[in-house]
Amino acid sequence: MVEMTYRDALRQALIDAMTENDDIFVIGEEVGRYGGAYGVTKGLIDQFGPERLLDTPISEPAIVGTAVGAAMAGMRPVAELMYVDFIGMTMDQLCNQAAKIRYMFGGQIGVPMVLRTQGGTGRSAGAQHSQSLEAYVMHTPGLRLAMPGTVADAYHLLRMALTQPDPVVFIEHKALYAMKEDVDLTAHVPDWGKAAVRRRGTDVVIVTYSRQVHYAMQAAEALAGQGIEATVIDLRTLNPLDFDTIRAEVEHVGRAMVVSEGPLTAGVAAELAARISEECFDFLHDPVIRIAGEDIPISVSVALEAGSVPSAEIVEQTARKLVA
Amino acid sequence: MTPPETAAASRTAPQSNTDLLGLYTDMRRVRTFEERVGELFVRGQSAGSMLHLSIGEESAAVGVCSAMRDGDTFTTHHRGHGIFLARGADPNRMMAEIAGKQDGYCHGKGGSMHIADMGLGHLGANAIVGGGIPAVVGAGLVAKRRGTGAVSIAFFGDGAMQQGILYESMNMAALWDLPVMFVCINNQYGMGTRVDQATRATKFEERAIAFGLAGRAVDGLDVLEVREAAAELVDGARTGKPAFLSVDCYRFFGHARKDKSPYRTEAEETAGRKRDPVAHARAALLDAGTDEALLDRIDGDAATEMDATIDFAVASAEPPLSSMFLDVYGPDEPMPEPLATRIDRVLARE
Ligand SMILES: Cc1ncc(C[n+]2csc(CCOP(=O)(O)OP(=O)(O)O)c2C)c(N)n1
Ligand SMILES: [Mg+2]
Repeated sequence: MVEMTYRDALRQALIDAMTENDDIFVIGEEVGRYGGAYGVTKGLIDQFGPERLLDTPISEPAIVGTAVGAAMAGMRPVAELMYVDFIGMTMDQLCNQAAKIRYMFGGQIGVPMVLRTQGGTGRSAGAQHSQSLEAYVMHTPGLRLAMPGTVADAYHLLRMALTQPDPVVFIEHKALYAMKEDVDLTAHVPDWGKAAVRRRGTDVVIVTYSRQVHYAMQAAEALAGQGIEATVIDLRTLNPLDFDTIRAEVEHVGRAMVVSEGPLTAGVAAELAARISEECFDFLHDPVIRIAGEDIPISVSVALEAGSVPSAEIVEQTARKLVA
Repeated sequence: MTPPETAAASRTAPQSNTDLLGLYTDMRRVRTFEERVGELFVRGQSAGSMLHLSIGEESAAVGVCSAMRDGDTFTTHHRGHGIFLARGADPNRMMAEIAGKQDGYCHGKGGSMHIADMGLGHLGANAIVGGGIPAVVGAGLVAKRRGTGAVSIAFFGDGAMQQGILYESMNMAALWDLPVMFVCINNQYGMGTRVDQATRATKFEERAIAFGLAGRAVDGLDVLEVREAAAELVDGARTGKPAFLSVDCYRFFGHARKDKSPYRTEAEETAGRKRDPVAHARAALLDAGTDEALLDRIDGDAATEMDATIDFAVASAEPPLSSMFLDVYGPDEPMPEPLATRIDRVLARE
């Protein structure tokens, strides 16, 4: 066991993957000399050189488009988008090109690239630097989507993403970079596309991912002190979505809540709640509750920012009301 | 006559057709193919309603492709049939793809605007104006990194000259000295918008030069001129001097099959259609003493070859409905669950 931050785990994943596979290179703004806006690629340029830590102009569409072409030409680019909030600028290259090339071209070729980016609240970064836009990605067939919530998963999911045949959008949470956990990176983690049941209970299943896993765990511990036992499922990847695990746990417990930082309407929580309601109908005692971001932009104000997205307290209170 | 299995293999490789007769032959094949695409549409056999013919632009496709080599890669815009054909595509498989059939290059999933063939280095046609441009920066980056000596070329229309992605891509290509070329086929229109209604800066090559690329503009009337300019620029790109070429021509017909171009006068169209690179090459060949019967035979062969593409496309099967869920993800990945299966599964409650 070593103590490691989420940031260091991501960096270690890149180092290990790039050491093993010469075809992997990082391309993006400030990934080389600067070391990444959030320091994930710090020092990598010294180890791998400027060709494999390719600093680019501020041209998000062409960063992603170049990665698409490089992936088609046989390499494995890791394109970095400094903030997921900039994904709109790259939507054509991501959703019309990367996501559809294999299909449109009749299976001739895939686009094995990873788009690493980070999202979420927690740094008072304001409306244009704090969003949770994973629903955009999840809504596009052809794109895989990974959202690590733990230090071990930051490492392992990134390593696994770099072996996928298809484009993977890899969304880190900006509030987790400095989080430390004791990890043994050689220890087994669930496969790509499999959820992790972080905790098992008998009263309610909390389905979540990314930073909200920690809020769900805190809530579950508080609930345990009040005689309510919660199951917490960390989805790890939203595409592939491990619905089998969700179904098994929900059928066993009979109650479910979905927690997501993204806006409520037409969001990830909406999709998950719909599927649980549809597929586990006969096992549910109560409606499936969505806990998600308010349908409003994110503020710079610490209070407004924190108030607009789910917290451990809200998860806890909601579970209590649901189980009552 | 049954068409040869692979048209490309049975004839001179296009890149060796550097003489005018060879270029003429290739341009005639493109012209005739496009005419047959038009017929397929009229017969109601084309799957796509969005068919963009490159008639009038043959010199751009054939001239530039004649300067390419095996291993070079390229992307095209939505008006890219001629380019693909000039790179050696099998016209039967092209026509089948345009008809949305199983024997097409993409088994009917791509169609005219998303045709591709990795074997010939065709990284894909694109239905997004400018969408295919940055991929050649990536392909060029890989070619440079691996020292393959390959060039990657993006073909696009004048409309894409006003898309930001082009400038991001040219900037990166120049910044990194990539073996990349950008070819603008300036047919004077983006749908109904004439070039001078889209920009004040109509000298496109100047924009490329401003970014540090080698930039030229040529008159597409003369395929030899296009070839000469393309050869120089492609050779330069191969040594790490990215390039831009604008080929001036005229879109003979409407934007797509149904467009009757009400925004253009008849006089303009008549004058525009006089800028015919195929007729121009034919006249030059005759002037140079080429036997007219030989040219007639070339034309006749093209007609025979391309007539057969329609039969091939019509005879080809529709893709099986089950193929719908194939190739969304990699070959070993689980397939998406069909809607009907899911509904039955959900409603089959014990
Ligand atoms: C991003 C985008 N915007 C608009 C369109 C609709 N559209 C299709 S073709 C076209 C005109 C393109 O003109 P040009 O690039 O000159 O190519 P041409 O059709 O003349 O060959 C337009 C506006 C599109 N397909 N993609
Ligand atoms: Mg045009």
